[in-house]
Amino acid sequence: MIGLSRRSLLGNGALVVAFSLSRRAVAQDPGKKPALPGDLEKFPLLDSWIRIAADGRITVFTGKAELGQGLKTALIQIAADELAVPAASIELITADTARTPDEGITAGSRSMSDSGTAILNAAANVRLLLAETAAWRLLTEVDKIELRDGAAHAPNGESLGYGELAAMLSLHVAAKPDVARREAGVGVIGTNLPRVDIPAKLSGGAAYLQDMRLPGMLHARVVRGPSDGTRLKPGDIDAVAKMPGVVRVVRDGGFTAVLAGQEWQAVKALRRLQAAGWERAGAPLPAEDMREAIRRLPAQDVPIFDTPGPPSPADGQVVKARYSRPCLMHGAIGPSCALALWQNEGVTVWTHSQGVYPLRKALAELLRLPADKVRCIHVEGSGCYGHNGADDVAADAALAARAVPGRPVRLQWMREQEHGWEPLGSAMVVELQATLGADGRIAQWRHDVWSNAHNNRPATAGGLLAGAELDPPFPRQVPKPIPMPEGGGHRNGNPLYALANAKGIYHFIEQAPVRVSALRSLGAHMNVFAIECFMDELAKTMGADPIAFRLAHMSDGRAREVMQAAADRFGWAGRTKGGNGRGCGFAFARYKNLAAYCAVAMEIAVDRGSGKIEIPRVVAAVDSGEAVNPDGIRNQIEGAILQSLSWTIHEAVAFDTAHRSSFDWSAYPILRFDAVPAVVEVQVIDRPRQPFLGTGEAGQGPAAAALANAVADALALRVRDMPLAPEKLRSATPKSG
Amino acid sequence: MISLDVNGATHQVEADPDTPLLYVLRNDLKLNGAKFGCGLGQCGACTVLVDDKPAFSCLLPIAALAGRKVRTIESLGTQERLGVLPAAFEAEQAAQCGYCIAGMIMRAQALLERNNRPTDSELRAHMAPNLCRCGTHMRILRAVRRAAAAMGGGVRDDPERTL
Amino acid sequence: MIGKTLLLGIAIGLATALAAAVAVSWHPAIPPIPGASPESFDPAIVARGESLAHIGNCIGCHTARGGRPFAGGRPLQTPFGTVFATNITPDPETGIGRWSREAFRRALREGVAQNGDHLYPAFPYDHFTKASDADIDALYTFVMTRTPVQARPPANQLKPPFGFRPLVAAWNLLFLDKGPLGDNPNQPADWNRGRALAEGLAHCGGCHTPRNEVGAARGDHAYDGAWIEGWYAPPLNANSPAVRPWTADELFAYLRTGLSATHAAAAGPMGRVTHALAQAREDEVRAIAVYVASLMAHAPATQGAPPPADKGTVADASHPEAAVLFAGACAVCHEAGAPMMQEGRPPLAWGTPLHEDTPNDTIQIIVHGLAPPAGRSGPTMPAYGESFSDRQLGDIVAYLRARYTDKPPWPDIPRAVAEARKEGDE
Repeated sequence: MIGLSRRSLLGNGALVVAFSLSRRAVAQDPGKKPALPGDLEKFPLLDSWIRIAADGRITVFTGKAELGQGLKTALIQIAADELAVPAASIELITADTARTPDEGITAGSRSMSDSGTAILNAAANVRLLLAETAAWRLLTEVDKIELRDGAAHAPNGESLGYGELAAMLSLHVAAKPDVARREAGVGVIGTNLPRVDIPAKLSGGAAYLQDMRLPGMLHARVVRGPSDGTRLKPGDIDAVAKMPGVVRVVRDGGFTAVLAGQEWQAVKALRRLQAAGWERAGAPLPAEDMREAIRRLPAQDVPIFDTPGPPSPADGQVVKARYSRPCLMHGAIGPSCALALWQNEGVTVWTHSQGVYPLRKALAELLRLPADKVRCIHVEGSGCYGHNGADDVAADAALAARAVPGRPVRLQWMREQEHGWEPLGSAMVVELQATLGADGRIAQWRHDVWSNAHNNRPATAGGLLAGAELDPPFPRQVPKPIPMPEGGGHRNGNPLYALANAKGIYHFIEQAPVRVSALRSLGAHMNVFAIECFMDELAKTMGADPIAFRLAHMSDGRAREVMQAAADRFGWAGRTKGGNGRGCGFAFARYKNLAAYCAVAMEIAVDRGSGKIEIPRVVAAVDSGEAVNPDGIRNQIEGAILQSLSWTIHEAVAFDTAHRSSFDWSAYPILRFDAVPAVVEVQVIDRPRQPFLGTGEAGQGPAAAALANAVADALALRVRDMPLAPEKLRSATPKSG
Repeated sequence: MISLDVNGATHQVEADPDTPLLYVLRNDLKLNGAKFGCGLGQCGACTVLVDDKPAFSCLLPIAALAGRKVRTIESLGTQERLGVLPAAFEAEQAAQCGYCIAGMIMRAQALLERNNRPTDSELRAHMAPNLCRCGTHMRILRAVRRAAAAMGGGVRDDPERTL
Repeated sequence: MIGKTLLLGIAIGLATALAAAVAVSWHPAIPPIPGASPESFDPAIVARGESLAHIGNCIGCHTARGGRPFAGGRPLQTPFGTVFATNITPDPETGIGRWSREAFRRALREGVAQNGDHLYPAFPYDHFTKASDADIDALYTFVMTRTPVQARPPANQLKPPFGFRPLVAAWNLLFLDKGPLGDNPNQPADWNRGRALAEGLAHCGGCHTPRNEVGAARGDHAYDGAWIEGWYAPPLNANSPAVRPWTADELFAYLRTGLSATHAAAAGPMGRVTHALAQAREDEVRAIAVYVASLMAHAPATQGAPPPADKGTVADASHPEAAVLFAGACAVCHEAGAPMMQEGRPPLAWGTPLHEDTPNDTIQIIVHGLAPPAGRSGPTMPAYGESFSDRQLGDIVAYLRARYTDKPPWPDIPRAVAEARKEGDE
């Protein structure tokens, strides 16, 4: 009775909110506004992140995207744990310019810290609101309310479901920064909740953008030369337009796409146009290796770090080394694809781009539409590992679909188009120099790195391939170095070791002979490779154990623990002495010196006759802060190690002066099952209640360096230029250990 | 009209006879499992079984399939009731992006149906035509081992072979 | 009286012949030496030997599938039965670790093992005999620095009487031309070097020259083409069926990379040869190319006729079913607009297999595909053996012949398909 009358008295929940707000407003000091965690700061309204329907269904929103890294599952776990509901009751909506916050790009391993933290804190705020509302309705105190299984329970046994509570309050309120997360989890965070996206992938469910089928959908192929910097010679457009099933040949300046009712008909039409042959468009490519060629171009010096210290001892031992890597390819297994539909003077694009908001902005400029007439919805594609063809194909699809308003157009890049046109990971060179003092410690350190840009993601129409093809073309997007502490080509150029008299310079080379942009871990793969190989070379000069030498220079406690954990689990102290083709190697890095800590130890055996590397064992340890899904972390590190082994042993994009000649998998071989290690173990060091640390890019650098260090141990041969291909490792003369 | 036997059912399909099976499976029969990865027979994302043997569906025109039985991952269970191999992949969480996985499963299925006690190197050699870019190889192998055991067999270690 | 004398004469004759046979067939054992440590060999000579070992592709025969390098065990099918390659690692017990240089040289020059046994000419010492002392010595050095492996090959399975080793002595008497060839003073140095290698360690004639009934190379038909492991190794002389000329440059590219931009990719056993030659010294491979190209200097292709045109429309009409199969299975790579064709790969009309008198090689390539060595980049074709029935395969092969050549149709393709399926290996 009392409740009814109160309800009628107080009407809807807005009054409750008003009470809450006013209470807090009084408590706040108006001069000091603490920042909200993660991307909550940019989007402080709770209903940007969490909504609860009348039936109790919870919808969580993230501006990040599932790339196959298990992000959806981890975010669901965070929300479910904080809200005390089963994970299955949460629906997660990912990056959609019409529905989710703008969290920029899903990259840099920032999703957990940007979005996970935001969702955690938003959920904490929502939990508090639910508890407060329940306390008011059930006539008890807030701290006597227990939230579990989607309902708020009072000590007297009464309860209210979240749905009912949500109807009484508004989540369209700003989050409070001082709301603590729950004291103890309910057993969702920290468990190996099975990935929510995997079951569909194992049973033919619709799991990818490539699986989308919309009514009236047409199939399209974009028509281009074989690779970046080429164009097709003119073909017989009229004949192709008459081919069976071809609905339209879209032309706009130099942009050409064919649309057909059946996918195979579109492929055949494309092949017919490609039969005309191609030519180079623009200046020839350098004849020499790309890593040498870019060094002859103008560079802008960007400081990485500069730590003062006493001058090097005059009698110190100076060690120098130069390391390098070639251009690398993302090589997504599924070539990029997009779906576009023009309706109501606007366009919706379904895309697996890592950044739907920046893409929308670029598309709006490209298509000359107001931004609110362009909607980009992320749908999962295959793993992309950075900026691949996803954004370009979205633009291609939008342009193709513009010719047939009202009909969805699915535009799929061919394998050779993905291989030929995707932006590459830049070739890089690192020169290191250090002085060792009489005490065996590093007394001076200098790191120089040369690279093209590691970020050329489209922010403007000129950043899209089609932007250069339309008439008139859009101005070329000019890349800029990503500032530290994140860094681009200089990412992880600042070692975590405690070094004094240490300096690093990034020689940023804006002019790129070939199309380059972000590839997973950016400069970290090269910089960590160089630094960790160099540490081994320094240790060897001192006759010191490689791990002991590192520990002697490492004061970061978590770093030490990760290194020790990997070393102990591997059995480093008791390892077989290297030689005669068998050896062990170790490496460590903290990604960006901000994200996860990762140490890798491996044992290899090299066949001297062929130079082929067998890897009996890899052991890694990782500290990602609070481990929301430990198995997910293991999965990412295993994947990083194998991907890095492929890059570091096998891969180098090939060019001739006319084009990129790595045109398909036969011309760009990657790791296959025959070369996979026998055993890979990953130990996750959990730090409950510590900030989440991004993991997706933490393994590549250490794995690469551990491999090179193992090779040096096995063959007494230091290979500094990636890839560590068989030709470099084989030798007619065996050496005894 | 071309008649195709897919997953035990006969389908009448209106596609051109030179259409590779992959496009017919996906676009005409609306089966999502087999994927377009390269269309060149180099990556295995399109792998299906034809008369119990693994085949690149991207290179198999439907005109070649008269009287032959095609099986896709959809024949190995549903999301609610996964078959032995898919269940093993689920248990091992053997996927990152997962795009290669349906092809991997069909490739492995062909092996285990023929021989559920392969050696480790036989298994690796058998799987080699299929590429994984995310680096999920270890879990894929573990999942196949798990499934082999569940089928009453098991993947055997190779005899000691040091270089 | 006369009878007795005759009998005695015959007996003495036979005894003499037998004694001569024994004398000819008997070779002393060469005393074993203690194994030498790898460090005792000059690395420069080891490197020379390594290149020569790739030229001879020793590893190709002396390594079992999945086996350790040079440890033997690979079966070689011959018309006389199966011979298993020996272990030529420097293992003292099961390999040749205790063979002296002299023993090794005798094996390559005369086909006699260290213990005096005749080696079967499946080991092509009738070619290796032409290698120079320096080359044989370098090979010895290389072989002695390999990793020793304890392994015994399976016993040979030769049909009687071919297992009887002393019979080989007779064969040698008739067919073995011992010792290196002298240089031809009218030819440049690279041609002479090429000839020494091609006729010697590279043993090109081992596949490309037909053999007589007892398996010896027919000198009067040098490089006239022959069958090996289910593939046809085409003529490398004026009878070459190639429709584009084999210049030294093209042949060098083919031998070195497994691909000629004016012919085709190397497939089957020749594919494996090119994998080995890719690792040999470039100047030596080039020398071989110079020599072998000179053998084909008067082949029909050198007459300058243009290569056959693509008669797609005609072939599509005469072989409609095969045209459909080709469009869906082959055109993805082989039609003009396909990705590899954009890279300058040769059209099907330029490759020799379609122009040979036998469809066998075309069938084998389709059935087995081809691939570079694991992890390397190079021409790649998947195996279609299980994609097509025998009838479909035959149809496609007939279609290709009609579309890409001006030659008459192959007779009895179904039989060729059945035989190729039976014999081919990869």
